[in-house]
Amino acid sequence: MRDQENIGSAVTGVSRRGFMLGTAGLTFAVSVGGWMTARSAEVAAASGRMEATAWVTVGVDNSITIMQPAAEMGQGVMTSLPMIVAEELDADWSKVSVAFAPPNHKVYGNPGFGGFLVTVASRSTTGYWDTLRMAGAQARRVLLDAVAHKWDVPVAELTTGPSVVMHRKSGRKISYGEIARFASPPKELPKLTEADLKKPSEFRIIGQDIPRVDIPAKVNGSASFGMDVQVPGMLYASILRAPAEGNAPAKVDDAGALKVNGVRQVVKLPYGVAVLGDTVEATRTGRDALEVGWSAAKDAVFNSEKAVADYVAKARDVSQKGVAFHAEGDAPAANAAAARRVVREYFADYTYHAQMEPMNATAWVKDDVVEVWAGSQTQSFSALAAAKAAGVKPGQVRFHMQYLGGGFGRRAQVEYVVDAVLLSKAVGKPVKVIWSREDDVQFGKLRPMTAHRIEAGLDADGRLVGWHHRVVGESVLAYTSPDRLKKAKGKDTLTMAGAEVGYGIPNSLAEHIVDGGAARLAAWRAIGAGYTKFAIEAFIDDLAREVGKDAIALRLELLEKLPRARKVIEEVVAMSDYRRKRDGTALGFAYAEVVHSYAAAVAEVSVDRGTGKIRVHNFWNAVDPGIAVQPQNIVAQAESNIVYGLGQCLKERITLDGGVIQQSNFHDYEVMRMADVPEIHTKVISTDNRPTGIGEFALPLTGGAVSNAVMALTGKRLSHMPFTPERVQVALKA
Amino acid sequence: MVAFTINGKRATADADPSTPLLWVVREHLKLTGTKYGCGAGLCGACTVHIDGKAARACQTALEQVEGKAVTTIEGLSPDSSHPLQKAWVAEQVPQCGYCQSGQIMKAAELLAANGNPSRADIVSHMNGNICRCGTYNRIVAAIQRASKEG
Repeated sequence: MRDQENIGSAVTGVSRRGFMLGTAGLTFAVSVGGWMTARSAEVAAASGRMEATAWVTVGVDNSITIMQPAAEMGQGVMTSLPMIVAEELDADWSKVSVAFAPPNHKVYGNPGFGGFLVTVASRSTTGYWDTLRMAGAQARRVLLDAVAHKWDVPVAELTTGPSVVMHRKSGRKISYGEIARFASPPKELPKLTEADLKKPSEFRIIGQDIPRVDIPAKVNGSASFGMDVQVPGMLYASILRAPAEGNAPAKVDDAGALKVNGVRQVVKLPYGVAVLGDTVEATRTGRDALEVGWSAAKDAVFNSEKAVADYVAKARDVSQKGVAFHAEGDAPAANAAAARRVVREYFADYTYHAQMEPMNATAWVKDDVVEVWAGSQTQSFSALAAAKAAGVKPGQVRFHMQYLGGGFGRRAQVEYVVDAVLLSKAVGKPVKVIWSREDDVQFGKLRPMTAHRIEAGLDADGRLVGWHHRVVGESVLAYTSPDRLKKAKGKDTLTMAGAEVGYGIPNSLAEHIVDGGAARLAAWRAIGAGYTKFAIEAFIDDLAREVGKDAIALRLELLEKLPRARKVIEEVVAMSDYRRKRDGTALGFAYAEVVHSYAAAVAEVSVDRGTGKIRVHNFWNAVDPGIAVQPQNIVAQAESNIVYGLGQCLKERITLDGGVIQQSNFHDYEVMRMADVPEIHTKVISTDNRPTGIGEFALPLTGGAVSNAVMALTGKRLSHMPFTPERVQVALKA
Repeated sequence: MVAFTINGKRATADADPSTPLLWVVREHLKLTGTKYGCGAGLCGACTVHIDGKAARACQTALEQVEGKAVTTIEGLSPDSSHPLQKAWVAEQVPQCGYCQSGQIMKAAELLAANGNPSRADIVSHMNGNICRCGTYNRIVAAIQRASKEG
């Protein structure tokens, strides 16, 4: 109900809630004002709950409901974000329940992502940190002020314990629930500053291994994902999409489809043909019976396997300048003047998200409002896309957030929402669109294929003086958000993520040679860092070998000024007993700073020299994510990162021919299975720094650690991800 | 009209006999805990029990369950009290959670036959079920916990 009240003001700018500037210069919501005066305290008491702020509602039964603004796709925000509010509220966590926040970005948007409701780039905890602490502290102060007024004591004499306000002088105590019986929300929220917040040493919720609140519903089938939405009277839809980007249906013969029992209607879309009907199975049978001729809007001739040589040639042709993504000093000049240069090349294929829940959405375009039910990484952009598709104002969209059956960047793209809205508009009924897995693969939005050439310059003493990393590949931002690319002056923070070398080299240049195919693209977990850090970490090992240094010692030397980086390296070296020689296996190391978290890893591998199959036996990693809000969840995210990362470096590979993706399901796009996973050992080092990203920090370590381990074992460098058995066999023979 | 029992209750489905059981369970009977992942028997997200044996609902035609007993995640226990469900919570297994109904149903078949499975037993039984969040090691731990605490 709340979201229905609030989405009306979500994007129109007519918020009924007040807001003001926070201490850190961030816009944050404070609630109430005119809206709450319309609801008297008596009304609140009668309803059994008091909305202390937009973020916190206290029930007279002592229950506390905390609003959670991010998409829950497995990364644990449904628990970790409310923990931050509860900490400053001084809540009894056992009484806390969590609700998806209404999709009102003016109140609940992420200050770490332009104030929008977008869950990407591991920015939820770090982006909302100040906002949520302040939200909890303000709600607590509202309760304190109410008690101070009631008892006629100075607020400074009051303290709190878990969901209780205490007055030590008189020995009185009152629970938050009891306060909700008489308190009325203030017209204006208390003005607090950083000094009113707890010190990390005072935390009693943050830093604890609180069980995830979404897990009970995920073991009995009751958690509602986008595909589980049921709207009375809805039709199902299956869409035959144009095989290549930019093609449109020219000739449609729907006679066969319309004969299928249960098929109601066939609707032509700008990019495909939809079959609507009473059941999923009818729409699928109907879709198979469609005869469609496509108009080719553009020639789709791109063949990814043939393009490999072309990419490599472009990486080598240093006369072709790219867009400078990161530049310090003058790397080309430093390298030209260097006593010695080392050059290596690396490559990474296209990858697909393979989230377990294929794309789907349900929409109902009514006369005055558009309702959308979906699991999306962005309430804001889903609502905007739905409004545009329906031809209504954004404020007329009601977005109902569901759990996401995996996101990994894919669900930040919302064309599946547009599918449902266009079709509901066409037929005047609620419509649930379900993509098949084959649709999901073939119309996947990929991590781009990239070629890498790194050249380092060394002085006469073997010290690194220059670093020049050229990346050839498509621009993800040019595909997903051309406006953002323009604002960033062509710097693609997605394709190039992680290319800043981060080793304190005086002259460094990472440049992007924007080139390549006709693929649909998206952010893919860890974005560019999955391949840029692979290239960098493999190169550092190669470089150490060239100059006769120990690869760990070299890194520690280069990271002299970063004690947090050195600490995670030393930790993982100790955890893995790195110096101990193994029999039949070998270890490989990698370090990376990703989304401002410091992390290092060691992989232990063996190689079947007959088949070329790599087996990863153990994977150790250590991370400093600043304040570890929910350490157990960071361990779980490390495991998830490592398994996902090993997939992209051992197995996962998309190829395109004629601009069309050649894979279609899990038989030809293989992901990690239970038999493939190593033992994973994680150490979380909590430090008193602002929390940083944990959703993708370890993934970029996998490629380098595995490649370096195989090098240590066989003396052969695997430089092309994924390291398929065929490629390993080729490398072993080289 | 195909008649069968689902989670102990009699059910009939007025659908084409060749309809995948998956869609009957999810969209006709609204038991949405059983998930669609691949439609090709490759991922295990749709795993249910038919007469106590794990089956891929996407690969099972409705007519194949005539007169049989189908159990879905909703029917595994009335109150999440199955030892595997308790162990799944204790080990904090799910992340996105989408594959977990299928994982639990597949694991329940194993535990019913083998009260004390080794890691190798578990891997060999569970390897057909994909978890893209990579919770595999926690699944192993949860199955072992359930086998001890069951």
